Amino acid sequence: MSKHLTLSVNGRSLTVPEGTVLAVALAEAGVTQFRRSVKGQARGPLCGMGICFECSVTIDGKLHQRSCQTLCQEGMEVTTDE
Amino acid sequence: MSDTTKHFDIVIVGAGPAGMAAAVAASQSHRSVAVIESNPWTGGQLWRRPDAAATPRAGRHWHARFKACKAHLITEASVGDSIAPGHLLVETPASAFNLFYDRLIMAVGAREQFMPFPGWTLPNVFGAGGLQLLAKSGWPLQGKRVVVAGSGPLLLAVGAQLRKRGARVLCIAEQTSLKHLVRFGLTLPRLGPSKLWQALVCQSQLLGVPYRTGYWPIQAHGTDRLEGVTLRRANGATWNVTCDMLGCAFGMVPNLELARLLGCDIEQGTVRVDTWQKTSVNQVYCAGEPTGVGGMDRALIEGQIAGYAVTDQPDKARALFGPRQKTHDFTRVLNQGFALRDELRTLTTPDTIVCRCEDVTAAQLACCDDFRTARLYTRCGMGPCQGRNCSTATHTLYGWETEFSRPPVTPIRVRSLVDLSVEKE
Amino acid sequence: MSTTYDVIIVGAGIVGCACAHQCSQAGLKVLILDQGPVGGQSTGAGMGHIVTMDDSPDQLALTHYARRLWLELAEDLPAHVEFQRCGTLWVAADAEELDAVKRKVSVYQSAGSKAQVLDARTLHEEEPHLNPAMLGGLLIPEDAVLYPPNAARYLVDRARSFGAELRTGVAVRQIGDKGSVTLGDGSSVEAGLILNAAGCGAPALTPHVPVRPRKGHLVVTHRYPGFVRHQMIELGYLKSAHSVSSDSVAFNVQPRATGQILIGSSRQYGDDSQTIHHGLLSRMMAQACHYMPEIGALSVTRTWVGFRPATPDKRPLIGPSLVSDKVWLATGHEGLGIATSLATGRLVADMIVGRTPEIPIAPYSPARVTQENVVHE
Repeated sequence: MSKHLTLSVNGRSLTVPEGTVLAVALAEAGVTQFRRSVKGQARGPLCGMGICFECSVTIDGKLHQRSCQTLCQEGMEVTTDE
Repeated sequence: MSDTTKHFDIVIVGAGPAGMAAAVAASQSHRSVAVIESNPWTGGQLWRRPDAAATPRAGRHWHARFKACKAHLITEASVGDSIAPGHLLVETPASAFNLFYDRLIMAVGAREQFMPFPGWTLPNVFGAGGLQLLAKSGWPLQGKRVVVAGSGPLLLAVGAQLRKRGARVLCIAEQTSLKHLVRFGLTLPRLGPSKLWQALVCQSQLLGVPYRTGYWPIQAHGTDRLEGVTLRRANGATWNVTCDMLGCAFGMVPNLELARLLGCDIEQGTVRVDTWQKTSVNQVYCAGEPTGVGGMDRALIEGQIAGYAVTDQPDKARALFGPRQKTHDFTRVLNQGFALRDELRTLTTPDTIVCRCEDVTAAQLACCDDFRTARLYTRCGMGPCQGRNCSTATHTLYGWETEFSRPPVTPIRVRSLVDLSVEKE
Repeated sequence: MSTTYDVIIVGAGIVGCACAHQCSQAGLKVLILDQGPVGGQSTGAGMGHIVTMDDSPDQLALTHYARRLWLELAEDLPAHVEFQRCGTLWVAADAEELDAVKRKVSVYQSAGSKAQVLDARTLHEEEPHLNPAMLGGLLIPEDAVLYPPNAARYLVDRARSFGAELRTGVAVRQIGDKGSVTLGDGSSVEAGLILNAAGCGAPALTPHVPVRPRKGHLVVTHRYPGFVRHQMIELGYLKSAHSVSSDSVAFNVQPRATGQILIGSSRQYGDDSQTIHHGLLSRMMAQACHYMPEIGALSVTRTWVGFRPATPDKRPLIGPSLVSDKVWLATGHEGLGIATSLATGRLVADMIVGRTPEIPIAPYSPARVTQENVVHE
C-alpha cells in the first residue's frame, strides 16, 4: 500500500497518495480556479508541462509556483486565488 | 569543486526521449555525462512518470537503459542563463550552480501550440497534450464530459486515453477535412511508422468515440469555468456541445529559447543542425523536437546520433543516418497532412485574450506593428511564460516573428543571479 | 503638395515626444522622425522614475521643474502610462549617509520640494522588507514612477492632436546645417529648425555633441504587489554614481503598478554591446539582496541592458548646437530623460517661440561645451 501525506489547501486539510502532482491534488479537491489573471479572470491549468504558468498557486507563502510541476509534500500549505 | 560549480565533459539539457537516448549513447565513452531536467521526473512529456502500467514498452526500455548508464542525472534543475560559452547557470529548488561543459546537447523538446479563440482562457480548457499529461498524473476524469478538438493524431491518442480513464468523450473534432485525411492516410503506409495512425482511428472507433472531420472549435462558453463549446464546419454549420472539459490540439512547436540564447541559427522555426546534430555554435548540439517536431522515433535516433557525435563515436552515429532520414520523411508528411486551416486564424474577437500572462487582447494588439512594439506598448509576451504561448500565437495570427530571447531562459530567483560565478574555474 | 515644417524632431524617445508635444501645442508645425518605434531605445529600456535630484543646483532646478509638470499632467495620463506617485526613498546604510540625509532635506525643502527625514523605525514601517540594519532615510513623497514607452506614446499622441506628424521606421542619415534632414532613402525634408533628440544616436548626426552611451542593466520580477512601496535608492549611490570612469552598481528598486519590481542599477562606460555583463549583474543583485534580503527569493522574468546618453558634466544639452543656429539639441539626459522630458520640451518650445522660460536655461545650453572640454574623464 502506498504512503499517504496530508497537505493544506486554502486552509482545508487534504490527504493524497505520495507522489501526487499538486495540480491533480487541487483538482481532486474541487479547485477549478487556480489563479486569477491580471484582470481578475479565473484561470486553471492549460499546458500541463510547466510552460504556461496558468496553474500557478502559492505554496508555503511563495507566490507563483507551478502546481503541475510540483509533487505534494507532507505539510505543504497551498493557497489558490479564490 | 565547490557546491556552486560542476563540470562535465558532456551536458545534456532535457531527460525526455532525445535526452535519455543521448545520455545512453554518450555514456558508451570515457567522458563524464550529466543530464539536467527541469521536471521532478524523467521521460519528458511522452514517458512522464515511468510507472510500469502506464508507460509503453519503448519507454520502459529506454528508462531501463538510461538508469543503467553512467550519466549523472540532476532533476528539478532548469537552465537560467548562459554566462559564457561552456558555462550555464542552473537553478534547483534549493540553490543555483554553475555548470561547465565541453559539449552541450539541447534535448529540450517541444510544447503545444495554442490558438486563441473566444473563451479559450476558461478553466477546464486545456491543451490536448496538457490534458493527456494531467490525465496520466491522475487528473479526475470519471464521468466527465470531454470534447477533444483541433488537429493531428494526438487527438485520437488523447481521446482514447481519456475514455480509458473514465471520461465520456463526446466528440473528437478534427479540423482537417475528410478528403485531405484520406489522401494523408493513403500516403502514410509507405513511410513506416504509419501503422500508428490506422491503429488510433480503429481504436477510437472501437471505443465508440465519434470522430468528426472538418470541425473546429470557435468558442468556449462559461463564466468561471467551461460549460460548453461551439464547433463549426466549413459549410458554416455550427454545433453546440455541453461539456466539462475541452482539450485543444493545434500542433507542437519546438522549444527554441535556449538555442536562441546560445546564438544558434534558427531556420523556419527549427534549430539548424548538420548531419552530426551539431548547431551553428561550436560545442553545441541539438536533438529531437527543436530540430523539427517529429515525435518519439525521431527524438530517439537524433538523441543517439548527438550522443555518439559528441563523444567521438562517429561510426555508431553514422549507422543511424538512414533511420533518421525515414523519420524526417514521416515528419514532413505529417505536417502537410494536418496543416491548420486559415479559418483558425480569424477566430479572435476584439476582446479575446491573446497573451494570457498579461491579459492582452486582440484589440490591443491590432494597434501594434510587430512583436517588439506589442511587447513595448502592451506587455504582450512580458509575463512569466516569457512569450512562449503568445509569440507562437501572434506568429500564426499576424505573421509576427520573435527573433531573440532575453535571459533568463526560465524565470529564476534573484539569489541565483548572485550565485553565478563569472571566472571559469 | 509640399509641406514645410517649423521643426523636425529627430528621435521619438520620450524627450523627442515631449518636445513635439510642447512645440506643436505652441503652434509650430512639427514632424517627428524615428528609425524605430516610439520609445524603442533608451526610453523603452529605462526604469521610468520621476525623481528630483540634487547633485547640483542646476540638476535640482530642472528635475524639480520637470516633476511639477508631470504632477500637473498626472490627471490626464491614461491608465496604461501607469503613473504612480509612490515617492522616492533614499536609504541610509551608515552614519555618513545618515548625515547626508540631514543635509539633503534642507536642500530639497529650500527648492520648494517636500522632503521628510525617516528614522530607523519609520523607515522600516514604510518598507518592511528592508534590511533591519538600515539606519534611516529621506523620503521625497512627490516623486513618481511611470511606464516610459506608453508615456512617450501619450505625448506623441498629444502632439499629433495639435497637428504634429509622426513617421516611425524612418532612419535619418544626416542633419544639414541649413535646416534639413536626409532620410535613409536619400530624400530630404526641410524645416526652419532641426532638433536632434536622438539620445545616444545624437553624436552620429551632429558634430561636437559630447554624449556617450552609459550602459545599464535592469532586472524585472514576477508580480509581488506590496513587496516594495517606494522607489528606493541607496544613498551610497551618491558615492558610486559620481564616478564617470569606473563601473558601478547601486541598490535601486521600483514598484511597478503591475506589482512587478524593477531592480537596478549599474553604470558602465566603454561597453557598447547589447550583452549582459554577468559580473556586474551579479554584483547588482548582491546589492539588492543586501538591502532587501527577502528579494533573493523572488522570481526574475527578464534581464536586459540599455544605454543612457551621458554628458561629461551630467547636465543635458538643450538648445542651439555649436554647428548652426538651425540645428538644436535635446539630448544628454543620462538617467534622467524620463524625469526631465517634460521640462526639456517646455524649455525648447519657450526658446523657439520666444517665451520666457520658468527656469534659467543657460546651465543646459550646448554652448557651454566647447570642443576643448568634451573629453570624458
